[in-house]
Amino acid sequence: MRDEIARRPTKLWRNLNAKIASIPMVLTAVFVFAGGTAWTVLYSFTNSKLLPRLNFIGLTQYERLWETPRWHVAIENLLVYGSLSLVFQLVIGFLLAALLDQKIRFEDTFRTIFLYPFALSFIVTGLVWQWLLNPDYGVQSVVRSLGWESFSFDPLYNSEIVIYGILIAALWQGTGLVMCLMLAGLRGIDEDIWKAARVDGIPMWKTYLFIIIPMMRPVFITTLVIIASGIVRVYDLVVAQTSGGPGIASEVPAKYVYDYMFFAQNLGQGFAASTMMLLSVMIVVVPWAYLEFGRRRHG
Amino acid sequence: MANPASLCAAVTGASAIADEFSGPHGPRPRRTLSRRNVFLYGTLILVAVYYLLPLYVMVVTSLKGMPEIRLGNIFSPPVEITFEPWVKAWAQACTGLNCDGLSRGFWNSVQITVPSVIASIAIASVNGYALANWRFKSAEVFFTILIVGAFIPYQVMIYPIVIILREIGLYGSLWGLVIVHSIFGMPILTLLFRNYFASVPEELFKAARVDGAGFWAIYFKIMLPMALPIFVVAIILQVTGIWNDFLFGVVYTRPDTYPMTVQLNNIVNSVQGVKEYNVNMAATILTGLVPLIVYFVSGKLFVRGIAAGAVKG
Amino acid sequence: MTSVLVKNLSLNFGAVEVLKNLGLEVAEGEFIVLLGPSGCGKSTLLNCIAGLLDVSAGQIFINGKNVTWEEPKDRGIGMVFQSYALYPQMSVEGNLSFGLKNAGLPKDEIAKRIARAASILQIEPLLKRRPSALSGGQRQRVAIGRALVRDVDVFLFDEPLSNLDAKLRSELRVEIKRLHQKLGNTMIYVTHDQIEAMTLADRIAVMKGGLIQQLDQPQAIYSRPVNLFVAGFIGSPGMNFLNGRLESRNGLPAFVAEGIEIPLSTYAFDGKAFAPKEAVFGMRPEHVGLNMGSDWPFSTQAVVEVVEPMGSDTLIWTRLGGQNFTVRVGSERAPTVGDRVTLGFDPLRASIFDGSSGERL
Repeated sequence: MRDEIARRPTKLWRNLNAKIASIPMVLTAVFVFAGGTAWTVLYSFTNSKLLPRLNFIGLTQYERLWETPRWHVAIENLLVYGSLSLVFQLVIGFLLAALLDQKIRFEDTFRTIFLYPFALSFIVTGLVWQWLLNPDYGVQSVVRSLGWESFSFDPLYNSEIVIYGILIAALWQGTGLVMCLMLAGLRGIDEDIWKAARVDGIPMWKTYLFIIIPMMRPVFITTLVIIASGIVRVYDLVVAQTSGGPGIASEVPAKYVYDYMFFAQNLGQGFAASTMMLLSVMIVVVPWAYLEFGRRRHG
Repeated sequence: MANPASLCAAVTGASAIADEFSGPHGPRPRRTLSRRNVFLYGTLILVAVYYLLPLYVMVVTSLKGMPEIRLGNIFSPPVEITFEPWVKAWAQACTGLNCDGLSRGFWNSVQITVPSVIASIAIASVNGYALANWRFKSAEVFFTILIVGAFIPYQVMIYPIVIILREIGLYGSLWGLVIVHSIFGMPILTLLFRNYFASVPEELFKAARVDGAGFWAIYFKIMLPMALPIFVVAIILQVTGIWNDFLFGVVYTRPDTYPMTVQLNNIVNSVQGVKEYNVNMAATILTGLVPLIVYFVSGKLFVRGIAAGAVKG
Repeated sequence: MTSVLVKNLSLNFGAVEVLKNLGLEVAEGEFIVLLGPSGCGKSTLLNCIAGLLDVSAGQIFINGKNVTWEEPKDRGIGMVFQSYALYPQMSVEGNLSFGLKNAGLPKDEIAKRIARAASILQIEPLLKRRPSALSGGQRQRVAIGRALVRDVDVFLFDEPLSNLDAKLRSELRVEIKRLHQKLGNTMIYVTHDQIEAMTLADRIAVMKGGLIQQLDQPQAIYSRPVNLFVAGFIGSPGMNFLNGRLESRNGLPAFVAEGIEIPLSTYAFDGKAFAPKEAVFGMRPEHVGLNMGSDWPFSTQAVVEVVEPMGSDTLIWTRLGGQNFTVRVGSERAPTVGDRVTLGFDPLRASIFDGSSGERL
């Protein structure tokens, strides 16, 4: 490499094949990911309606966005759904992983069962739970037919609790993944740590709480980022399960964006809303990336 | 169990301590029905039932006739098994004006998934190989953009892509969707392949270069055959991911090229006509069947795929 | 007084027998090293003694108490692991005190024990640090400290030095020896490193295939190995082995191989009566004289094939009886390749093994 005499005439031709092979990646990175994002942010400051036009109107789209009740509902839903699904997925996922890590029989069978919903699409998930939560035939009617006449659980028809109906479906679909990640994390813990804790006479729950979980911090953070970036994107599930209803009770930002771009023909609103989504993801991802890569650079 | 006569020769001197059989010996006594086991397996089985219930309800509902559904409860097994809902879902269910069932969506999905999987994996594997073995200066910059891009909500990039596809005349066609899937599969797959190729001993690569092999020769003759397991993982990841996609399908295709998920949603959530829950459930199972088969057949590789895809770096 | 007693211990993982009806008695204050190649069951045996593995059959006594069914914490043991197994999110002090706090010890007692352990191991300045801020040697010291504060009679070491580089390893080896001399505790130490075993042990148990092959003082294991495995495993460079036959020559035993005949009249046969049969003749390279006159009970001519200088010593490769034979000489006396040399040794220092069973004759 450092042979000065044999140096090739121009740098451009070095690794030429590798550069040619990287063209799709470069195009995607530059034009779609970087360019596309910049484009959307730029046009969110315009009054584009049916077609994108560079007619700047400052922050008007954002003002309008935050004045729209539907956006408020969407944000509120996202916060409720997001925080609950984050907490429940982490807690349930970790507990299941810890149960599976007890050297049990049929571990593979249990894992297969807990993970299979993750192979299904959100559309399928949403439709199944729409059926299960159907008040006339589903869980509510079954419980009532067992004798509990006043039992009421109809999240998909009750705008107060509809987001919890979606949450149940999302947990069913996604917790298996978290369990798998946690299980991989648990399996990565040095077996000697467990032995040392046993020799020290530390009860199992204390070992998990004070030793294992702190050791799994990187796994938790990564999982958190994955869940969080999935939460912001939630769209198909709502479309399939409730179509945003009843009324606008289960609207979410991703659906708001889509509807304004492709139905309401109000592109500027869509761009503004999607830029807000981008912002919320960045709030989660940027500190994480900073910690992750900043630390790596120092390490 | 222990035989006094077989006391090992290595025990030197007479033991001053108790007799052979006094006190505990052998494994710790353990009851199968200990409180720990009851709690452990009880919880696991309960959770497993909860996870399996929706699948069970889907299947039994799809095998009942509508009268039985209206009378009975959703958990009871079918009294009279009928496959008519399946036939109807596959061949007759209506979306808009088309009444040729989900089969149209199925074939659309096949036509979308197969080229998308091939294209996205071909591009990403070469990318990963170039990044891992033929590093050039600016490559890492583009790769970083790619990885950051994986976290950007799709909604942000949807419309610019519409414009790009319209410009190159592929908006609304299956090939446009193939390009979209290749683009959005790129970050995760490139990472997957890059990490794999980076773990291949560098000596092997160097030896091949000394032997005079170039970029493509090393890729096809050395890296590709070694990377078969990771290709399988990538295929699993992509088949399920692309088959399950809804957003891109609904944005970038027209009604007659809608993938299965979009068509399923339109069938089930259409407001016209009487709701046929059994047909809906049959259609839902049909749509979920491909990823489920992939999942159950691939087993551990699927787990490896999502672990590789999810835990970055 | 017996400190640790293992009786008829067996352990099976499924159909695999890892330990086979094994027995071991360790005296109080004794330093026992379990030595063997990987997979010989030495770590498994240690884990059984610690109570970290459930035995399939047999009993374990520690200080006269049957602990076969006891939890590790109740056995009166402390353990040091290969990977240190320090709790990474706690300070050194936290690592030392966590188990004690759990056992409900009063605060001043905990502080006293930590202070004592820290002063013995000279880790006082490190108490507030996290394990990640320590060097390998310091980590291992903390790991030993965690066993020390438990105030127990028996210490178990599971390959504690194998994650360290060679220089640190020899330093810590001496420290462990000092520690043992100072504390006088019973120590059971697992390693695959024969130098560690030879230098540390009061007695070494050489293990293979889930059985103890030989349990004896280091010198005895070195000079009178009970079988071919032990003979080959102990010593570096390894013992020379010549295949041949035991024959009777004029009523006296002799070892016969291609072109040579070694009289064995001075060799002490292991009790059993001598009989002609296939045999292996073992001789350590350091017990062979090179060009040292001819007053050896046995001497012969050979040609130097390879010379391997190793610093203080040089290893000479020749042939004897048509088979490879090495001689270790001081570097200043090393011949060159092609030289004709005289080899001489005393069959008294040889080890003769049965050709089929590999047992010492």
